Amino acid sequence: MRTILSIVLLSLLASCAPEAQRNTGVYMLLDTSGTYREELNKAEQIIRYTLSRLDATDTFAVARIDTGSFSEKDIIAKSSFDDRPSAINRQKRLFAQQVSEFVGSVRSSPYTDITGGVLQAIEYLNEKNPGNKTILIFSDLKEDLDAGYVRDIDFELDGFEVIALNVTKLRTDNVDPREYMGRLETWQSRVEKAGGQWRVINDLDGLDGLL
Amino acid sequence: MNFMLGITPWPVASALLWIILVISALYLARATAHKAIRAMAAALHQSFRSASRAVAKSERNLAARNRDVLLAAGREAKERIIEREFDRINDTVRKDLSNYSALHRALSESIDRIEKDHQQAVDVPPDPPGWVKAVEAVAKIETREGRGGIGSVLSDIHKSLVKAHKEAMQAYQVASGERHKLLRKMRPDWRKIQQTLTRVGKNVDSLLSRSVTIDRHMQEYEDIVRGHDRAVSALSSSSLVNFFISAFVLVVAIGGATINFSLIARPMAEMVGGTSLLGGYRTADIAALVIIMVEISMGLFLMESLRITRLFPVIGALPDKTRVRMVWITFTILFLLASVEAGLAYMREVLLHDELATSALLRGDDTATATTQYLWITTAAQMGLGFILPFALTFVAIPLETFVHSLRTVVGLIAISFLRVVSLLLRLLGSAFRYLGALVEQIYDLPLFVPLWLEERMTRNAAAESGLTKEARS
Repeated sequence: MRTILSIVLLSLLASCAPEAQRNTGVYMLLDTSGTYREELNKAEQIIRYTLSRLDATDTFAVARIDTGSFSEKDIIAKSSFDDRPSAINRQKRLFAQQVSEFVGSVRSSPYTDITGGVLQAIEYLNEKNPGNKTILIFSDLKEDLDAGYVRDIDFELDGFEVIALNVTKLRTDNVDPREYMGRLETWQSRVEKAGGQWRVINDLDGLDGLL
Repeated sequence: MNFMLGITPWPVASALLWIILVISALYLARATAHKAIRAMAAALHQSFRSASRAVAKSERNLAARNRDVLLAAGREAKERIIEREFDRINDTVRKDLSNYSALHRALSESIDRIEKDHQQAVDVPPDPPGWVKAVEAVAKIETREGRGGIGSVLSDIHKSLVKAHKEAMQAYQVASGERHKLLRKMRPDWRKIQQTLTRVGKNVDSLLSRSVTIDRHMQEYEDIVRGHDRAVSALSSSSLVNFFISAFVLVVAIGGATINFSLIARPMAEMVGGTSLLGGYRTADIAALVIIMVEISMGLFLMESLRITRLFPVIGALPDKTRVRMVWITFTILFLLASVEAGLAYMREVLLHDELATSALLRGDDTATATTQYLWITTAAQMGLGFILPFALTFVAIPLETFVHSLRTVVGLIAISFLRVVSLLLRLLGSAFRYLGALVEQIYDLPLFVPLWLEERMTRNAAAESGLTKEARS
């Protein structure tokens, strides 16, 4: 009898043990500099796709990359999805609307502070502490800092996955492709050195493996 | 090996020497070895036979127990059937024969009325004709008295006769009309009597047929009480049929419960959250399952309180007042749960459309968000299912009871068959070991064919010599 009671109690305790976190946190950076602003319609599609893939208790934030991106003010839309399906749908619709409004009214920024944006993403996702942390960078990865901005900072990307999306080739890349490959390699080494995983997706028709 | 072949300078000679040595040793140990083999075989044979007997005994005990269980269940079922038949007879008698006095009075009144009418309708014999005497008087007039006035007399008689005949005919027609009227009045009474008697006849026939059924059931009941093999066989096959049918119905019920689950699991996430887990399972799923289980439990209690099933003797033994109260309480809870389910089914539809609309919006497909005018049909169907399924699941109690009762018998039958097979196998093994012992003895003797042949020759010679000596002596 005592044994049975012990087994029942242990089963109950085991069932009450905290489960490993299975939610996902996604932080997307949108490059709004120069001509890349014209690519934002594609970014909107990616955001909608991401929204459709996210579920209850997941976190999603979209921020712009401008002159100084290490700021909460650059976050365009953010949401931690509710536990209830009806609330999730409401949040998703609102999120999509905010992004849509932003894409329609955005002005291009003179500089591109990708590092600041990544730092902001790390801070945001660490604060939310989801089970899986993903940073999406929708940019040509060409960083162009304003004078006075210090960005030679190492990242802490342990447990993060960084995915570069739609890394377009610039006019100068066509002249010297090594420049394009060099940019990709630089970012890959920065991410992997910081303990993160690096991926590039340029074919936006094949987003199935995004999340 | 080299050592064995090296005991003489010639390996062949060594091998032969070894063979002779081994055969000699085997020959010398033959009697003991045979004894050992026989003892071993006998021991194994006995062990397996004993085990087989023990298993067979267990099988017999189990069969006896199964038989008792079967008879007890059959007795109980038969008692219920007979009780129900008596209840029906009681109802018929109470319903139809309770107003027997009124029926009797109605019949008596009808008969009295008919009798009275019949008496009144008796045919009145017509008066004897008055003109006979007048004819006789005319006939008696002498010729000498003159018959001159006869013509006028006859004419008068004729007139009076015609008149009398007319009057008699009229009176007769009136009287006949009266009689016919009376007979016509009797017709509804006859019909009423006929109807009443037909009804009584039907009731009596029904009682007679019920009594025949009761006789049959009583005969079966007696067979069960006496433990006749025929009754056991009938109960066993009936139990198997019940088992398979109830199992089939339970599978159907599980299908219904699954549909019910899918109806309420999604909207449950709205109430308890969609991501929280309990023991590795979604809390919303567990909550939906609990609701269905509670509904089934309420259904069981309802059926039990209505005395349709007898799974819980405590409920059946409750006072009638408490039992009826329990019927209402369980029905109310069931009704509320069914209403909750209908609401959840509606919520499910709303959520589904909300989700579809959101997905369409995210896909950028504006046309998909348009709702059709026939949408209410699926919503109403889901709500209806959500409301009806809990009540439908209530009836699971009946096959469940049958399943539980027949399961005991079926498990018993399976166990008996298993034990029978085990017993047979053990007996076969026992026999196999006995014959194996004999076979091993023969195999042992196989390499010893030379010494055995010599032994046989020597024995035969010795026997022959002893025979000759006896003959010489004699």
